[in-house]
Amino acid sequence: MITVQGLTKRYARTLAVDHISFEVKKGQIVGFLGPNGAGKTTTMRILTCFLPPSEGSANVAGFDVLEQPMEVKKRIGYLPETPPVYQEMEVQEYLTFVGKLKGMSGQSLANRVTEVAGRCAVADVRTKLIGKLSKGYRQRVGLAQAIIHNPEVLILDEPTAGLDPKQINETRDLIRSLAGDHTIILSTHILPEVEQTCEQVLIINKGKLVATDSVHNLQARARGAESVVLEVEGRNGSLDAQTIQHRLETVNGVSRVLLKDFRDNRSVFEVESLKDRFIRGDLARAIVESGWNLNELRPSAMSLEEIFLQLTGGEKIEEPLPAEAVVQGESQ
Amino acid sequence: MRNIWVIAQKEVNSYFVSPIAYLLLTMFAVIFGFFFWNSVGYFNAASLQSQMGGQAMPMSVNEYVIRPLLSNISVVGLFFIPMITMRLFAEEKRMGTIELLATSPIRDIEVIIGKWLSAVILYAVMMLFSAINFAFLFRYGNPDWKPLAIGYLGLLLQAGGLLAIGTFISTLTRNQIIAGAATFGVCLLLWVLEWVSGYETATWAKVLAYMSVITHFDSFSKGVLDTKDAIFYLSMIFLGLFLTSRSLESLRWRS
Repeated sequence: MITVQGLTKRYARTLAVDHISFEVKKGQIVGFLGPNGAGKTTTMRILTCFLPPSEGSANVAGFDVLEQPMEVKKRIGYLPETPPVYQEMEVQEYLTFVGKLKGMSGQSLANRVTEVAGRCAVADVRTKLIGKLSKGYRQRVGLAQAIIHNPEVLILDEPTAGLDPKQINETRDLIRSLAGDHTIILSTHILPEVEQTCEQVLIINKGKLVATDSVHNLQARARGAESVVLEVEGRNGSLDAQTIQHRLETVNGVSRVLLKDFRDNRSVFEVESLKDRFIRGDLARAIVESGWNLNELRPSAMSLEEIFLQLTGGEKIEEPLPAEAVVQGESQ
Repeated sequence: MRNIWVIAQKEVNSYFVSPIAYLLLTMFAVIFGFFFWNSVGYFNAASLQSQMGGQAMPMSVNEYVIRPLLSNISVVGLFFIPMITMRLFAEEKRMGTIELLATSPIRDIEVIIGKWLSAVILYAVMMLFSAINFAFLFRYGNPDWKPLAIGYLGLLLQAGGLLAIGTFISTLTRNQIIAGAATFGVCLLLWVLEWVSGYETATWAKVLAYMSVITHFDSFSKGVLDTKDAIFYLSMIFLGLFLTSRSLESLRWRS
């Protein structure tokens, strides 16, 4: 549905987007993730034909953004970072105006306005001036505007920015409910949002695409080696954490043992394996055979947040590397 | 065509839901009412005087009332035009709504013409308020309506040109005040350019005077439809709208 190849956008001095390529299939929800100023908005503006690319090509719904912008524009709904609403208009009037802009008219438009207002939960403020609405309502009016003409592709720039937690949940539900009929790209810098809403993630940093994969695979890939969290309890009173740590380190395939917490009689460890080694069984046996209690043993799934920091070069990596390189660097 | 109307309708609506249209119309009605009252009073005094002199010369209402009033409107209009056009694009840029227009399946030129048309419509409504005054002349006198009609046509053409320039200037900034002030400066300059012809007859002075919007209104105020002057205003409209479309285009490549 969306194919982007070698897309580059240069402003006078800065390179905002640097040779990005990706593909989005029909009906998918894709999260566009990156710190502020990474080039998310610029990429979205190119996809919506608001900005022309400096290099490369983008194809939306089968049409090139440079060669047939009118055809592309007919098929996309776009919610920019600040909802493009007219303060002096009433909600219903505004939605009707946008519908007309998109080429709709008459009774079908009137029906669609009612339907969309209901779906985006702005029906109760239909006759209010947009300028008098709260931020949350305005954001939802912006969303209603984007889907008014039932576009094939929806491009949402930070759709949940500035909403309260309840509204954020409602908006996410709404977006999820739109998937299937629509192909959706949404940008955000809030990680849980991607984990909850999207099937696929594109991570962008300093204009470069640093990773693109499904949320599930991304977690698995960044983890690489197995990482396990253990809670151990001594059976008869005192227990020396050091002893346990030494014991765990001798288990076959363990690369590193970290003492995370030590309280009363319990200690919590995080144990990492060598690449491609499965150590959970051996760990459990070692603990039980030493006469300790194994209270808890669980794989520590790396949160998207950690992956994100790794990929966008929080502490460990200065320059963004391809995901493959990051994984190797981590596990060795 | 339909898209132009969609935009124009929206713009006219936003003029009339904000105080700006009412403010402009009230100001114009008051100022023009004063001009009219003054002008008719002067005409009465003059005709009374000529009767007292015993030699009652026929005095034309067209010549002594309508013509100077039309010239007045054309100058007063210069002051109102910046207030009409300043928000057209500056506001869209400031509020980010320009992104909606630019990503909708509608051509730039349709947006531009729609917006310009809404400004012309507001100006025409302003003219209606002056027409109310003129209606009294027809009730109590017997002026010729044709020169008046041509005068109004000239006013609309002149305003069309200046409004197109104002629309262009409005695309250059996201600040309405700056757009308004710059448009006012340009309008004022286009008016006073004509003054050089008062003391200088060289070619450059003629060129400058030719560029003045006021000189071209003379023929219209006399009730003469001069194609040369009409073409001057039409090319001004064209130039203004063309510059607007270039400016919007460059906005995309730059921003």
